[in-house]
Amino acid sequence: MIELLPLILATVITAATPLVIAALGEHVVERSGVLNLGVEGMMIMGASLGFAGAVVLDNSYLGLAIGALAGMVMAGIFALFALGLATNQVATGLAITIFGLGLAGLIGQPFVGQPRPPIPALVFGLDPIVCLSFVLMVGTAWLLNRTRAGLILRGVGESHGSAHALGLPVLKVRLLAVLFGGLCAGLAGAYLSLIYTRFWSPGMTAGRGWIALALVVFAAGSVWRLVAGAYLFGAILIAQLHAQAGAIGIPSQFLSMLPYLMTIVALVVLSMAGRRGAGAAGSLGQPFVPDR
Amino acid sequence: MMVLSLVPRQGVSRVREIVTPLVAFVVALVIAALVLLAMGKSLKTAADVYVVEPLTTAWSLQEVILKATPLTLIAIGLIFAVRANRWNIGAEGQYVVGGMFGGWVAIAAHGMEGVWILPAMLIAGMAGGLVYGLIPAALRNRFGISEILSSLMLVYVAELALDYLVRGPWRDRTAFNFPKSVNFDAAATLGPLWEGGKLHGGVLLALLAVLGAVVLLGRSRFGFAVSATGEAPRAANFAGFNDHRLTLAVFAISGALAGLAGIIEVSANMGQLQPSISQGYGFTAIIVAFLGRLNPVGALVSALVLAILLIGSETAQIMLKLPFDMTRAFMGLLLLCILAGEALTRYKVRWNA
Amino acid sequence: MRSAPPLIRCQGLSKTFGTLKANDSVDLLVESGEIHALLGENGAGKSTFVKMLYGLLKPDAGTISWLGKAVTLADPDAARALGIGMVFQHFSLFDDLTVLENIAIGTAGARADQAFAARVSALAREYGLELDLQRPVWTLSAGERQRIEIARCLLQEPRLIVLDEPTSVLTPQEAENLFASLLRLQAKGAGILFISHKLEEVRRICTAATILRGGKVVARTDPRKESARSLAALMVGEGVADVRPPSTLETGRDLLAVRGLSVSPEIAHGIPLRGIDLTVRAGEVVAIAGVAGNGQSEFFAALTGEGGLIQSGTVSIDGEDVTRRPIGMRRRLGAAFVPEGRLGHATLPQRTLSENIMLSWHETEDVGGFFLSLDKLRQAARKIITRFDVRGPNADPRAAQLSGGNLQKYIVGREIERNPRLIVVDQPTWGVDARAASLIRQTLVDLAGQGAAVLVITQDLDEAFEMSDRIAVICAGRMHPPVPTRMTNREAIGLLMTTAHGEAA
Repeated sequence: MIELLPLILATVITAATPLVIAALGEHVVERSGVLNLGVEGMMIMGASLGFAGAVVLDNSYLGLAIGALAGMVMAGIFALFALGLATNQVATGLAITIFGLGLAGLIGQPFVGQPRPPIPALVFGLDPIVCLSFVLMVGTAWLLNRTRAGLILRGVGESHGSAHALGLPVLKVRLLAVLFGGLCAGLAGAYLSLIYTRFWSPGMTAGRGWIALALVVFAAGSVWRLVAGAYLFGAILIAQLHAQAGAIGIPSQFLSMLPYLMTIVALVVLSMAGRRGAGAAGSLGQPFVPDR
Repeated sequence: MMVLSLVPRQGVSRVREIVTPLVAFVVALVIAALVLLAMGKSLKTAADVYVVEPLTTAWSLQEVILKATPLTLIAIGLIFAVRANRWNIGAEGQYVVGGMFGGWVAIAAHGMEGVWILPAMLIAGMAGGLVYGLIPAALRNRFGISEILSSLMLVYVAELALDYLVRGPWRDRTAFNFPKSVNFDAAATLGPLWEGGKLHGGVLLALLAVLGAVVLLGRSRFGFAVSATGEAPRAANFAGFNDHRLTLAVFAISGALAGLAGIIEVSANMGQLQPSISQGYGFTAIIVAFLGRLNPVGALVSALVLAILLIGSETAQIMLKLPFDMTRAFMGLLLLCILAGEALTRYKVRWNA
Repeated sequence: MRSAPPLIRCQGLSKTFGTLKANDSVDLLVESGEIHALLGENGAGKSTFVKMLYGLLKPDAGTISWLGKAVTLADPDAARALGIGMVFQHFSLFDDLTVLENIAIGTAGARADQAFAARVSALAREYGLELDLQRPVWTLSAGERQRIEIARCLLQEPRLIVLDEPTSVLTPQEAENLFASLLRLQAKGAGILFISHKLEEVRRICTAATILRGGKVVARTDPRKESARSLAALMVGEGVADVRPPSTLETGRDLLAVRGLSVSPEIAHGIPLRGIDLTVRAGEVVAIAGVAGNGQSEFFAALTGEGGLIQSGTVSIDGEDVTRRPIGMRRRLGAAFVPEGRLGHATLPQRTLSENIMLSWHETEDVGGFFLSLDKLRQAARKIITRFDVRGPNADPRAAQLSGGNLQKYIVGREIERNPRLIVVDQPTWGVDARAASLIRQTLVDLAGQGAAVLVITQDLDEAFEMSDRIAVICAGRMHPPVPTRMTNREAIGLLMTTAHGEAA
């Protein structure tokens, strides 16, 4: 059992990595005061286009880059509407998700069932994107808490009125944050199809984008809580898969429900710990229209 | 850096309010047409498949109305929620639970006769959707959990629960290994309204829901409270409209109507429970509600329009080799166009360097 | 020898919003080493002017020259680069960030690190600004918050400092500290533009004044040579009537009784209320003075039943315990409430005045049965509009279409029209023009004269003294019991505003 531990750990980390990356991106977005519910749509676009790109160019690394870009383009559309036209962020995010799910299916259609060769591990059996996710965690925490850019981003999210009065470029900061969020979600999706499953199948994100959104709520402002939450979820995903394979007498459907139910339970626990609404940016979800 | 700037409009003309969704729809159509052209499909065939055919025969016209029925029912419920600024994006789950509860009555009454079976099924379906819809409302009231996330998570849970039931305890033992329940008896089937027709009583229930919503949202105290809560929660609180009770109420209404839609579909169109009983009606209804500008009659019209599209997309899968995903992408696009249209009614857009 | 060009000279600055000429060809000139007052009542165009001076609004016409050279202020960065510093009336602060982070974010290129902290501390010592750099802003008083703004501004070593209504949120004692800092800056040769409508303080510290009315400059004068009365006449135009005192001084039974009320806040950063006692009797006006953010909103919410978690104590209306009763029940007992927020709290901004009647009338007045009667609502609105001289763009405008003063007249009128026996008003004339303010105060005083109990929560000490029979003071969630207004003075009340009741002064 002990000798299996590193292997189990690696599996959990792999399963959690798409959640970590997508949630980190959305964390930055929400710190800037924007609620982008399009994570699921950006993620599946990353999964589909990333996979298609990798097959067509026969290069999984390029595929990952294409997936990330696809997520960013979707985020750009979101920004055009929610920031440029000040549309309702909830509805716009939903539209991006629905649009993304459809378009991804359309693009991915010819690639269903084609396998991709694995990307070789970098160190300790961990692939390059997992390593990148570690960099991303530290980088995000550093950016948000230690740099002037992070200070401005948090300020814009906390009160766009005050930020505007100080002459800070509210919409520009938010645009950059949203694009970064899209890049992360796209990369997370491409990781899912190119490394985690190595197949494309329609709807394969299966709500992971939404779970990433829940993780951001759970994080209550802290990158490290977010990461801890994501790995906890990775563990649940893996345990659930093993339990299904091990035939322990619980119907597989109930095991499959676990991640979704656990999401709700995690939010309830967070609330009972007295952190209700804590850590959300002050202007979260409110459209900003400068008077000029 | 600033490319777009928005200037609020003083007042919004009535004409603009009606024209906006039409323009949004046309713009979305044009974009879709360009995409089809780029994919090398014939626009003529596409127009035939998506618009002409569903509208030209009496048979397909009835199909359109049948498809519009669940969409209308769910969208009417969602209008209450969205007007109160509550985001029930889990109507799909409430629909499934409605089908499940109503279907359970049908399965339990298998082999029995009686006029009570059908009403009992409908009531059970509504109750199921209602209770399932109350979960995110209660979680929001009690724990402050975003109803967006919880209602969506519950969609997956409902779908898995149904999957378990039809493969497990409710599986029809005589149907070899097919994951499905027994076929419903005639007493448990919502039959056609007239001999040889296809329209069933559910259509009338949908119309009734539209009528009820027009009345409630138009001039009643409850309708005022719903809208006030959505527009300015502090003002609603000042008026004494109880926020928690209102949340429960709008989720109860939208859950019940989604549940009703679920059991109507199961009883009238499927005649059995199977692993999947929806084509994403719960999500499509969100678009219906928005396209109808959160107005019940508008939603009815929008439901018919999107029903045409859904029927067209079924044919298109065969005729044009276009997957259902094409329709879904179009719906996302449509929602974006509607939102842009809304923005342009509220603001004038100026481009500046 | 020609004298040096003035620090800043604005000529013909104009700005129009829709049909409103907020600034109409405004000329203004500030010299180095001068404290220059920009006077005008609410809505005269002071804020618009200041925003143009700081690059937040683009003038439609006119020029600004800095030290004799014409300049364009495209954004606040350009203004800061020239040497213009700004202290806003509504602080541009971030509640969840620390003091140090708040200062850093407003300072070009700064990071909230140790080196920066050292720089801020040095500056704070130089100007006598007390700052605790690691505290989050939401824990600070208004005076402390303003010091953050001033520190931000001084870090840029500005040559012109603009202060927009700097004393409106300060206690008299805090204002004294501010004046001391300003005089220090003046001595160092900075120009100061001091925007205010408080005449006494302008006469004390300013050496020149420009007076705005209706967006136009109506006078330039040396305030030291004017009386408060003559300045007021210039600001307002023809005289505004003083509020007449209530005709009777006899008070009746207790209509509002608060006993030992402790409430913990529901929202983040709210102020807990502790052991509040207060009685308001029929026929009297009681004012609660206090600096904003000391628990006024929380107390108002406890009186209306809108929010807050009651820990202990009771609220009674006309002898009936309503501590845990909803607002509708309180209205049925004859109470009426006017919240501070006009749009989004007292009214639905996008609804007409007739629809907005619903908000406070639906429990007690006849507005139809299950279905609302639009006719009855329209009639009610029309009556209020006529009786309280509410002016709008059409017969039944949307709430957001009215000016602050007209909307406040409507809101107060809506409650008075119900003939309440008790009315609680939070900031009755905040941001309202002088004429409307005077009408509103008179209406409330007259209502008390007719035997109603009137409770007014206000940050404006002048208002408290003008209207009330008794004054209580709220500070840090505790209440100093009311004293008869005739037996106290501004200084005594001002002192109470900075000390919580029951704690050593």
